[in-house]
Amino acid sequence: MSTGEKLLQALIVVAIFFAVVTLILTLTSRVRSRAGELIQSMAFVLPAVGLVGVGLLYPAINSINLSLKDKYSTKYVGFDNYKTIFTDADLLRVLGNTALWVVVTPIVATLIGLIYAVLTDHARFERTAKAIIFLPMAISLVGASLIWKFVYDDRIGLLNAFTDTVGLGRHHWLINSPWNNIWLIVILIWVQAGFAMTVLSASIKAIPTDIIEAAKLDGVGGLKMFRFITVPSIRPTLIVVLTTITITTLKAFDIVRQTTGGNYKTSVLSYEYYRQSFQSANWGLGSALAVLIFVLVLPVVIYNIRQMRKLEAR
Amino acid sequence: MTVTPIAQVPVAEKLTAPAAAKKTLTSPWASLAAFVIAVFWTVPTAGLLISSFRPEHDVKTTGWWHIFTHPSFTFENYRTVFSGTGETGLFPFIVNSIAITVPAVIIPIFLATMAAYAFAWMRFPGKDLLFIMIFALQIVPIQVTLVPLLNLYVKLGLQGQDAPAGGFYSLWLSHTMFALPLAIFLLHNFMREIPGELIESARMDGATHVQIFLRVIFPLMMPAMAAFGILQFLWVWNDLLVALVFGGFKIYPINAQLAALAGTRGSDWHLLASGAFVSLIIPLIVFLSLQRFFVRGLLAGSVKG
Repeated sequence: MSTGEKLLQALIVVAIFFAVVTLILTLTSRVRSRAGELIQSMAFVLPAVGLVGVGLLYPAINSINLSLKDKYSTKYVGFDNYKTIFTDADLLRVLGNTALWVVVTPIVATLIGLIYAVLTDHARFERTAKAIIFLPMAISLVGASLIWKFVYDDRIGLLNAFTDTVGLGRHHWLINSPWNNIWLIVILIWVQAGFAMTVLSASIKAIPTDIIEAAKLDGVGGLKMFRFITVPSIRPTLIVVLTTITITTLKAFDIVRQTTGGNYKTSVLSYEYYRQSFQSANWGLGSALAVLIFVLVLPVVIYNIRQMRKLEAR
Repeated sequence: MTVTPIAQVPVAEKLTAPAAAKKTLTSPWASLAAFVIAVFWTVPTAGLLISSFRPEHDVKTTGWWHIFTHPSFTFENYRTVFSGTGETGLFPFIVNSIAITVPAVIIPIFLATMAAYAFAWMRFPGKDLLFIMIFALQIVPIQVTLVPLLNLYVKLGLQGQDAPAGGFYSLWLSHTMFALPLAIFLLHNFMREIPGELIESARMDGATHVQIFLRVIFPLMMPAMAAFGILQFLWVWNDLLVALVFGGFKIYPINAQLAALAGTRGSDWHLLASGAFVSLIIPLIVFLSLQRFFVRGLLAGSVKG
């Protein structure tokens, strides 16, 4: 397809979409009977509900089914795929790595975001200072991985040049396990800290001034103010930020794929899911890994949503 | 609120909590910490940008900071990336990204606004249950959906080069479906803030729901739709997983093609650098120019109120 043809196809699908929606809305809005309101509301809501049903509900149930079948989805094997996940040495390492990612990334990214938000609040170059941390959020994880390749590369990487200069020698940063996991995690922290900083910064600015004035009258200041006033005031937001980054971390596979390809003992759950499902074409094990991601994400999301509700209620 | 003597106490300056914390933290160490973080966040990207302008031989043999001691600039990398043919010419893939992103942003926003309107201002049986179900489906990670959806698309003939529109439909559909739960939820939150009297009085005057939706709701919802639109744009533009699973080489977005290049031409640092920069400059521009909408949407999503 040529350039023009591709863009034309994109315009065509948008045109078709609006034509269909207009048709449905015009037809249903003419119904004046008592059933009118019902039919009209269905016209508004059913397209979205139908797509969500086909795109999320049906596949989720289907995946659970696939996870109980063998590699080629021909016969049921019970919980064998799950048993493999929790007994196979390589997959156990994948679980261990995932645990490391999930613990380190949210905590460090949130901590950096929080410290930076406090340090730059009402600073002279606040906007610029914040934009610097903020920008990696707009970059794809593929782009971020490429950016960091120029840091970690053996020969032309910045990190080796640095460690060499200060006398720590040169290292294969992405090959030597288990530290290579940490170097990969750094990339995701670099991307996610901006999200934490932005959300926390807004929350910090919303702390009522009378609380602060009162604390100051009691002689609270500096680090104590941070520890006993700032942090408790934004606690619900902190939890939302932590859980949101946890969810992102569990699902992100791009960094591992682009840097080590899961080699050198760096694979994580989301990458292993991708590898098993679409490279080894082992749909049974792949689906079981997907369901495991689902199960791990579930409590975090529920907790996240409950915290958000609390925030809204305040 | 009780009037406290605070008003009479000569408080020299009004400080916010973090400002007060900062006052003590503004020791040289604190400034240094902020500075170090800022440097840490800038230098890697600067390295990429500088590398993209260095000649091939230089990029491959020396670190990018050598440009300060041995300056050498070239636009050759960008020329290859834009006009090159075969896998190193990235222009067709930027076009793919645009062709994927435009419908995958417009369609879900419109569908979600419609659904959000119905959930907020229309009456129909099972409304609450349906809303809770859609809300709950936000928790489904897309990983769980990909294999069954792939099977479905193959059955429907939407998958592969020979499918209608070269296989774009499976990408448009997937991005739309994955966006809907969050979009409906966020837009519903905004929708509830519109005063009910506005809709009631329009109803009294005999306006149909479609008229109210198009003439009253739509203009009011523009900022919220823009906020979600940026989120969705960034998500689709930067997506790798959906593109790899449902797209083929010919319809790969720039991000997926870049990922593939990093695998096959891993030593061509000069091309990867300029390619990566081209791929990230577009979302950066969109992001910076629409930032104020984005922050609003972001906060509505995570710390509303």
